Amino acid sequence: MQLELTAEQVFFAETTRKFLTDTCPTSRLRERRDDPAGFDRDFWRQGADLGWTSLLVSEEDGGGSVSGQGVVDLTLVAFEFGRQAAPGPLTTANVVTAAVARAGTAEQKAELLPDLLAGVRIGSWAYAEPRPADRLGAVGLRATRRHGEYVLNGRKAPAESAGMADLFLVTAIDDDGGLIQFLVPAGTAGVAVHPMHTLDVARRFGHVVFDDVTVPASAVLGDPGPAGAADVERQLQIALVIQLAEMVGTMDRGLELTTDWLFNRYSFGRPLASYQALKHRFADMRAWLEAGHAVADAAAQHVQDASDRAGEYVSAGKSFLGVYALEVLQECVQFHGGIGVTFEHDLHLYLRRAVLDSQLYGTIADHRERLTSILEGREHSDG
Amino acid sequence: MADPDVEDLDSFRHRLRGWLKDNMPPADPRLVSNGNSSDEEELAEIARNRKLQRLLFDGGFAGIIFPKEYGGAGLTPAHQEVLNEEIVGYQYPSRIQVPTFSPCAAVINDFGTDEQKRTHLPAIFKGEEIWMQFLSEPGGGSDVAGAQTGAVRDGDEWVLNGSKIWTTGAWWSDWGLCLARTNWDVPKHRGLSVFMLRIHQPGIEVNRIEMLNGSREFCQEFMTDVRLPDSDRIGEVDAGWTVGTRWMYHEKSLGISYHFIRPAGSMRGVNPRAPAPLTVARQAGRLDDPAGRQLVGEAHALKLAGQEASARIGHAIGAKRFNDQAAGLSRIITGVINAQLATINLKLAGVSAVAWDDADEGLGELGVEFLMRQTRQISGGTIEMSRNGVSEKFLGMPREARRDNDVAFRDVPRSASSR
Repeated sequence: MQLELTAEQVFFAETTRKFLTDTCPTSRLRERRDDPAGFDRDFWRQGADLGWTSLLVSEEDGGGSVSGQGVVDLTLVAFEFGRQAAPGPLTTANVVTAAVARAGTAEQKAELLPDLLAGVRIGSWAYAEPRPADRLGAVGLRATRRHGEYVLNGRKAPAESAGMADLFLVTAIDDDGGLIQFLVPAGTAGVAVHPMHTLDVARRFGHVVFDDVTVPASAVLGDPGPAGAADVERQLQIALVIQLAEMVGTMDRGLELTTDWLFNRYSFGRPLASYQALKHRFADMRAWLEAGHAVADAAAQHVQDASDRAGEYVSAGKSFLGVYALEVLQECVQFHGGIGVTFEHDLHLYLRRAVLDSQLYGTIADHRERLTSILEGREHSDG
Repeated sequence: MADPDVEDLDSFRHRLRGWLKDNMPPADPRLVSNGNSSDEEELAEIARNRKLQRLLFDGGFAGIIFPKEYGGAGLTPAHQEVLNEEIVGYQYPSRIQVPTFSPCAAVINDFGTDEQKRTHLPAIFKGEEIWMQFLSEPGGGSDVAGAQTGAVRDGDEWVLNGSKIWTTGAWWSDWGLCLARTNWDVPKHRGLSVFMLRIHQPGIEVNRIEMLNGSREFCQEFMTDVRLPDSDRIGEVDAGWTVGTRWMYHEKSLGISYHFIRPAGSMRGVNPRAPAPLTVARQAGRLDDPAGRQLVGEAHALKLAGQEASARIGHAIGAKRFNDQAAGLSRIITGVINAQLATINLKLAGVSAVAWDDADEGLGELGVEFLMRQTRQISGGTIEMSRNGVSEKFLGMPREARRDNDVAFRDVPRSASSR
């Protein structure tokens, strides 16, 4: 979280924290571990009332941020989601809403934005694909033009909150091999959602099959080709910025629990916090948390500013936090001993969320390779 | 909130930009030392640095945040930040920044008398005095307050005996800031005093130490009956740890300090001499290999993380959100990340890091750099000291038991070699 927050931002973050601790305490998360939806529509509508869905949309389109920097504001919510391992389509719904606001026609915006902003309709970004197109950026779903309409064929997985989604933002390849995106209502003929197993206790994913799904040309979002690629990149950056802040939130909460534990747990007549072997490791963990904040905040600022280093920073953040959030949380588990690997203890909720975030929207390896390509590209443009 | 007596940043930037263009020579990659220069080259380089420092002084851009009355520019950290940005692309006296400006000049500025400051600070800003830290001792490691170099009072003078080690470039430097024991009959932190010491004088023998990478920059000094006037003492007699605490703070804060020039984009706290992994991967032919590409990306992410973390922690300390001990967080992060970067370069260099032809010399150096990897977690106080500081004084965890408090220093157990 940024060091300097406005009073409004602090209030906004505190309101979100209070709402999340009230509505989804960890006991509730455990109770709903097998619930196919993972969250109630009411929960999401109330979150929308708090502002969770409107931060990336301009006021003239019916949205509004807290500080004038909507991406940064959204990371405050994401941080709290990480701290609470909260349910709900925070990432995917915001990506879809922002995409409609960014690239939608006046008709698309008028039809969709009010409901998306109100949390009445939920959007899910159908982007990632199963093997063999499971590397970051690979898209195999075909959109074939036929009689002024498009026919979609392919598979998307994992799609976040797909089972609860009213609307899919589908990223596809057109006849020219360029990227093209569609807004497809969940009930469209030929769209089938298969629930997936997932590591997270609260978040749900679906495998979405598109089998000869015919959509009108008016379902196309934005322009295909290079403009479509730029839209997809922006969507990816937003998803990653949310992920990064959420990972920092999981670390923050994990360290909080572990701090309590170290000071209050005694062995051999001393608190664990008095052992140098543990103190040194804990100092490192605290250092990585601070580095995590720094990387996530820097990425959020670059995405906020749509800077030409935004892609570099989100990938660097993923490469860094994808490792350190997990390592720090596993250290928290180690410090707790056996209780740390029981379902009864809360730690695993945060570890699960961090692992989820480390793998979705590009793995660590994907983002490292992407960084190298970015560096090479910069060399070429400099030279 | 702007202080009307302080030049605003835009005006400063404009004035500085014009001055740099007219006065400062452009950066020259050939001047970056690879650590293998001859003594003659090294001395020429130091002389060149002194001239660059003098140029900055004559332009009014030396010692940006130091007071005007002592030859500084009397400006703010924000002005130093501007200078750090604007000086990119120009030569600057890189060899006189640390430890001359910080910790040494910073400590003199914090604790020196008016006369001491008038004598030394302008000379530093003009490039006439290069300072080193006479701090570590062969018997002490990171326990600097356990100094055994002794100073005994003789009228208006002090007589110094003992040995200091790990002074960078003492053989070409002018002055040392020296921590010495002036009282052996009180607990260790209460019997220290700090002196300013002219390095090249009778009774001081400077030996150079060869490091694993061939560098002979580090020195050890042997002091035998060195006499110095009481007027060269900084701070009160036996109250040297008051000075020392601040001194240590400056040293730990180098990654976030505004006392000296650190061109923007040079990674805060990240080894500027480490070759870019992208360059290494290309030279080693590893850019077609996904494993190689992942290493390059990993290294870049680590560098950015180190840079952003140091900036954040520096701001948090500056804004008093964190106490000074949080500087140790930055030290831990950059110490670990630098070690990781050295390891990544070794992996990228592959077999050429251990056996190389003349054409592969750059890759061979990476093997040697790997041998030196831990220096980033040793020099300036080991990373374990930072871990102690962070856990005990930032996170408030219980302190370690120790055997050197509340006993006369002469009765404290010490290393066999220095008993």
